[in-house]
Amino acid sequence: MEYEIVIGLEVHAELSTKSKIYCSCTTEFGGEENTHCCPICTGMPGVLPVLNKKVVEYAVRAGLATNCTIADYSKQDRKNYFYPDLPKAYQISQYDFPLCKNGYIDIETDGKTKRVGITRIHIEEDAGKLMHDEWDTGTLVDYNRCGVPLIEIVGEPDLRSAEEARAYMEKLRSILQFIGVSDCKMQEGSLRADVNLSVRPVGQKELGTRTEMKNLNSFRSIVRAVEAEAQRQIREIESGGTVVQETRRWDDERGLSVSMRSKEEAHDYRYFPEPDLVPIVLDKEWVEGIRASLPELPDARKKRYVREFGLPEYDAEILTSSKVLSDFFDDAVKQSSNAKAVSNWIMGDLMRILKEKGMEVENIPFPAGYLARLVGLIEKGTISGTIAKKVFEKMFLSGKGPETIVKEEGLEVVSDEGALTAVVRKVLDNNPQSVADYRKGKEKALGFLVGQAMRETKGKADPQLINKLLKEAMDKA
Amino acid sequence: MELYELTAHELSDLLREKKVGAVEITRSLLDRIEKVDAKVGSYITVCRDRAIEKAREVEGKIYRGEANSPLAGIPMAIKDNMCTEGVLTTCASRMLSNFIPPYDSTVVKKLNAEDVILLGKTNMDEFAMGSSTENSYFKRTKNPWDLERVPGGSSGGSAAAVAACEAVFALGSDTGGSIRQPASFCGVVGLKPTYGAVSRFGLVAFASSLDQIGPLAKDVTDCALAMNAIAGYDPLDSTSADMNYPDYTRSLVNDIKGIKIGIPKEYIGEGIHGEVKKAVLEAVETLRRLGAECEEFSLPITEYAIPAYYLISSAEASSNLARYDGIKYGYRAEKFTDLLDLYKQTRSEGFGAEVKRRIMLGTYALSSGYYDAYYKKALQVRTLIKQGFDQAFSKYDLVVGPTAPTTAFKIGEKADNPLEMYLEDIYTVSVNIAGLPGLVIPCGMDGNNLPIGLQLIGKAFDESTLLRVAYTFEQNTDFHKNRPRI
Ligand SMILES: [Zn+2]
Repeated sequence: MEYEIVIGLEVHAELSTKSKIYCSCTTEFGGEENTHCCPICTGMPGVLPVLNKKVVEYAVRAGLATNCTIADYSKQDRKNYFYPDLPKAYQISQYDFPLCKNGYIDIETDGKTKRVGITRIHIEEDAGKLMHDEWDTGTLVDYNRCGVPLIEIVGEPDLRSAEEARAYMEKLRSILQFIGVSDCKMQEGSLRADVNLSVRPVGQKELGTRTEMKNLNSFRSIVRAVEAEAQRQIREIESGGTVVQETRRWDDERGLSVSMRSKEEAHDYRYFPEPDLVPIVLDKEWVEGIRASLPELPDARKKRYVREFGLPEYDAEILTSSKVLSDFFDDAVKQSSNAKAVSNWIMGDLMRILKEKGMEVENIPFPAGYLARLVGLIEKGTISGTIAKKVFEKMFLSGKGPETIVKEEGLEVVSDEGALTAVVRKVLDNNPQSVADYRKGKEKALGFLVGQAMRETKGKADPQLINKLLKEAMDKA
Repeated sequence: MELYELTAHELSDLLREKKVGAVEITRSLLDRIEKVDAKVGSYITVCRDRAIEKAREVEGKIYRGEANSPLAGIPMAIKDNMCTEGVLTTCASRMLSNFIPPYDSTVVKKLNAEDVILLGKTNMDEFAMGSSTENSYFKRTKNPWDLERVPGGSSGGSAAAVAACEAVFALGSDTGGSIRQPASFCGVVGLKPTYGAVSRFGLVAFASSLDQIGPLAKDVTDCALAMNAIAGYDPLDSTSADMNYPDYTRSLVNDIKGIKIGIPKEYIGEGIHGEVKKAVLEAVETLRRLGAECEEFSLPITEYAIPAYYLISSAEASSNLARYDGIKYGYRAEKFTDLLDLYKQTRSEGFGAEVKRRIMLGTYALSSGYYDAYYKKALQVRTLIKQGFDQAFSKYDLVVGPTAPTTAFKIGEKADNPLEMYLEDIYTVSVNIAGLPGLVIPCGMDGNNLPIGLQLIGKAFDESTLLRVAYTFEQNTDFHKNRPRI
């Protein structure tokens, strides 16, 4: 039987406000344990929360950028459960009146666009972190992340494959980065997802029983978890069993999920309205002001790349998948007359080098203008494409400008006929067989000879000129 | 008369006339505590050295003309559920028996700015849950009028301290009557301000939507002075009211002509003790004689106030007290096997019976499947109670009635009967549920020479009218001059 996978993601993104959601502590990542906290975020007796207005603004930006309706009235609620990383033993979240609801984003897989619904976006506070101490005498807790603002973006179960799940996460990340509300660094945990997944026979209307996998924090683990969990559920059904509604923990190292707790064991969070906070009442004009201040979003930018620069859809999609990358491209294009060439360099050599070096776009050691200038040097014929690749590699090593590297290393194209005549002579003398082949009409032989000449000049010769000189010499004799 | 017997405004006059110094006053109070507190048991912590040191500092300021507050140099006490930086704050619980806050509550900051002298922290029912101060982990506070009786609760330590002249005035907190009922039992003036008038920042939460800090004092004038010091908008408390606060001493006017007063029939019907009813009705007569227009009216659904109050307050408490888990501060069980066991042992050993009872009640009320039937219903009753008062205040400036059905009862008398104890709050909880201000003033003595308190309930943020009527009553009666002999 053929099965359809049904996936809905709950994505948590840390907001990049300077201070925490209910106190004035910094949200900065990293910091020595328990130094970014105060009586409020560590839940001392008697303290009270005060909502950081920036958090509301950022969440509203996220809501508007994902086509949500912004609630003019919303409230905050307490989600009660015991855990040492949660100092108040409740998390302040939003239960029945979230800030944003009924939105959507468009994703692209295999060249097809699909609209994925967003049920709601609400604000809440992050918890601390448990650490097992080095001497194994117990567990330590770090409250630095406690009270860092989060938005939870609850998606509709509209996704049908691991690829779609990945595309959805990538699009969300790119949107949140474009509007500047989250840096979405998955390795730092500032973007993570819970995966709700069920399977059903193709054609069946009712949804199958779903399981939930919590806190997946890389694209790779999301894809793997979706694939493995779908297969597990299908196997379960095929072998005559049933899928149990439960929460499962994805073990990325072992590549499988294990049951955490069943529906019966699920927490009763005893949500109730947070009495220490007042309802959030938003002014329509204020919301419209935020809407007007939203920057160009990834979809719009992608369309612009296709329209203005004639880039292929695929390339435009990749370029706009990350704000830093897209900004890098925009920056370079501003200083170049050949957007397509700039795009090709980014899509090709730049991505390859980043991957090889395990670097992020933000760590590129030179400004985007250098890439524009490198493209310019090729266009002017100052260096060849081959040499340009070497120069580009060197730019990554030294951060120096392309002209400087070309000059320092003497990489300019040699287009002096006098200097090249000797090289041509030498190549012809050393390869009599090829010369004979050429004369017999084998055009291929010319290519070989050009290659030899380029090698002789370490790639610096103007290939056009070499070609011409070789032909002339052989045709003459 | 001894210095410790005087009111804040009397002492303030002496200080300003430089007839006496802050150190001398403070010593007088500390000596009084030394002498009587073994019998009364008002205090959990007495900050003797700290108080004298502060008094010296303030005395200097007064002499240099740098201390302008009428409360400068006045020694007072604070209920042990308000955080005081560097001073033990226990909530009368084993759970916080070792807790020294790293910060001051807003009221403490405000009082420090007025140069008051903190004498110590007063006893209370554990986490403010109770009506007799018997639910303290540390000690039982006795009623200064009869040491075999309770002082009321939960601010019993603060009320007893003021009545026994162990503090010039004190702060208490009131969630369902915890300032007013002990004020009534101990024969002092107690004011529970409008919800939002005094910052709750640093008040260890019992029920966030009901808790309010207020003063207990020897007379109405001191009450107004204390209100001037502690009321006001606080950006650290989101439920604090951002508005202009009046000078409460301007309400100290001996005139209530034309004031319209309503007396809820339900408050003087079944269940009220005869002597209490008689004193309250006589007080109403006095008010009428002084020019007020008084009539009885019906305040509907009064009978649902107690259940609604216990559901809402316990639900909030179950969440507010969840943070006491033995992980970060406070008490931790010595023996446990794993995390869950650490929670269980710590909370079993750290909390007393009444606190556990409320946590269980509240947890149940919020549980899925029961939420609608209990918590949600209680919130609906809350709305109705508010509407009832709104209606009353469309006709009356003030609602007047008893504070508690009885005068102070014997220690242990109701300790084993929580339901009977809960009924102590029958006339006070509605005020918290509706967020209104309530003031209690002595209005008589019963046959056992125990004080009876009259409760005045005002419109939201209209403490001024309460103070004015109370002041007028006080100026024309002598009940506030009664002092217990210890
Ligand atoms: Zn903090």
